Amino acid sequence: MNTTDSRPAVRALRTRGGLSIRFAPRAVLVAALLLAAALAASVALIGTGDYPMTFADVLRTLTGGGTEAQEFIVHDLRLPRVLVGLLVGTALGLAGAVFQSVSRNPLGSPDVIGLGQGSSVGALTVIVLFHGDPAAVAAGAVAGGLLSGAAIYALAWQRGVHGYRFVLVGIAMSAVLVAVIGYLLTKANLTDAARATVWMVGSLNGRDWSQVWPLLGVCAVLVPAVLGHGRSLRMLEMGDDSAYALGVPVERTRLVTTGAAVLLTAVATAAAGPISFVALAAPQLARRLTRSPGPNLTAAASTGAALLVGADWAAQRLFGADQLPVGALTGMLGGCYLLWLLHTERRAGRV
Amino acid sequence: MSRLSAESVTLAYDGRVIAEDLSVAVPDNSFTVIVGPNACGKSTLLRALSRMLKPRAGSVLLDGAAIGSYPARKVARTLGLLPQSSVAPDGITVADLVARGRHPHQGLLRQWSPEDERIVQESMAATGVAALADRYVDELSGGQRQRVWIAMALAQRTPLLLLDEPTTFLDIQHQIEILDLCAELHENQGRTLVAVLHDLNHAARYATHLIAMRDGRVVAEGAPGDIVTAELVERVFGLRCQVIDDPQTGTPLVVPAARRVSTGVRVSTGVTGSSAAAARPAGPPSA
Repeated sequence: MNTTDSRPAVRALRTRGGLSIRFAPRAVLVAALLLAAALAASVALIGTGDYPMTFADVLRTLTGGGTEAQEFIVHDLRLPRVLVGLLVGTALGLAGAVFQSVSRNPLGSPDVIGLGQGSSVGALTVIVLFHGDPAAVAAGAVAGGLLSGAAIYALAWQRGVHGYRFVLVGIAMSAVLVAVIGYLLTKANLTDAARATVWMVGSLNGRDWSQVWPLLGVCAVLVPAVLGHGRSLRMLEMGDDSAYALGVPVERTRLVTTGAAVLLTAVATAAAGPISFVALAAPQLARRLTRSPGPNLTAAASTGAALLVGADWAAQRLFGADQLPVGALTGMLGGCYLLWLLHTERRAGRV
Repeated sequence: MSRLSAESVTLAYDGRVIAEDLSVAVPDNSFTVIVGPNACGKSTLLRALSRMLKPRAGSVLLDGAAIGSYPARKVARTLGLLPQSSVAPDGITVADLVARGRHPHQGLLRQWSPEDERIVQESMAATGVAALADRYVDELSGGQRQRVWIAMALAQRTPLLLLDEPTTFLDIQHQIEILDLCAELHENQGRTLVAVLHDLNHAARYATHLIAMRDGRVVAEGAPGDIVTAELVERVFGLRCQVIDDPQTGTPLVVPAARRVSTGVRVSTGVTGSSAAAARPAGPPSA
């Protein structure tokens, strides 16, 4: 392997066989650090709770050297929760990066455009009208998310996407959906209403392996699919015409990546409830950390995972085990983040 | 010979027909310029030639086959386009943007070859933006930015390059700078260039082949010196004018008629400064 002359336009690693990959040292370093942070937060989160464990204990138990009690706590209770957190964070970070890239707008995130609300309507319909079990609620959430995604596509996608049009259609959608949520809540009896409200905050409490497997399956297929379209997405940011002129299959790229993003969001929401802020903030934070243009898919996904698990750990540490659902904490952070974003966008003259 | 042509195409957006039964051939190694009044269909024609717009009838041929029958990437290696609406992604540097022009030549495992690097450096040098390589595109002036976009299109290394109003929104000195650059690319690198231009005088000065359109039809085409006459300008633009020789290049120069030229003063041709119409002092009509 070698790199080219003193100041190349693009850094790349090359093999003798003529293969080459682009290589941005800072982006690689950032993604590695974020991944390390996510894993460290995961270990810390496993060690947190009514039965605290040290970092070393957790690592020993994970590698099969713990006591029987530790094995039970780690493998049956806390590991699935952490895995759900990591996967949901990854899915939301990646989906947010795709939506923001396609809409060319930092506000074009699943939280803002009503996908979370769509999933909520689906889940609440199952809870309130059919009194369904958790699996049925999850299925309802997925169906609601996919339906609202399709509706936004139909309403906003006429001859390419205009960033603000997309966001405004999404905001209108979410307003309608919030009204439906309100209606469903008033129809519910007290038990169902309480269950619905807890679901809507978004939480990792009590997540077990039955949530991990479907989530893992979907991520295993869709995450590589989206990453494989990363180069085309980068081109799409220059406008449809430019991307088309460069030989990018514009419509197919958009359909595949946004379809995957809608599905990822829906499945993540089904597993953990509509956790706000992660999909909105992760891509922006990732981009500021890597300082490179483009959707920064890998960095956004690792930021999402680190953010969600980190927030869950912080919530447990600050407020006690299972007292504060992680969705409440991310929601609070998200509000502050949004204000900051509006502030900087206004200074840049874009709002 | 012509690698790129439109054969009896009907061009329409949704229900609105812009042009019917339109045939145009781009001569190889020419600098072809399409002119015409607003809404005459010149940009629409360019979109069709660059396969952005699928003709409702007829076909656009590239090297003898319908352009839509090629894979998108293959077309992108033959025909480049500089669209009117390009967005520089936030925080992108000049080198990074120009590098994106190499996209149709790359693959998942062939992302950046030494050839890519060489061509990008050459493209930046040819457009005079090499010194700006590490600057952010948002910081540049309009003229510099347009040169960066042209560098990106050059990095695509296509024998055919289409430019949709490359000089719009630029100051006059930058307009000339961009057109000089285009002429240079055409002469030195032997590329076939097709541009839509607003300014008839720019078109007449730089084009080797001029296509004048009105209402979706070609009114005249050929070398500017052969076809640009006062009569043609009146027919295409509805503008009364006088056509003289450009003192710099000898190409036709269109001088619009003054507000009241019909007072019987016969305008002499060939001399710019002494023209009675041009010398008439501005003021309220006295007749």
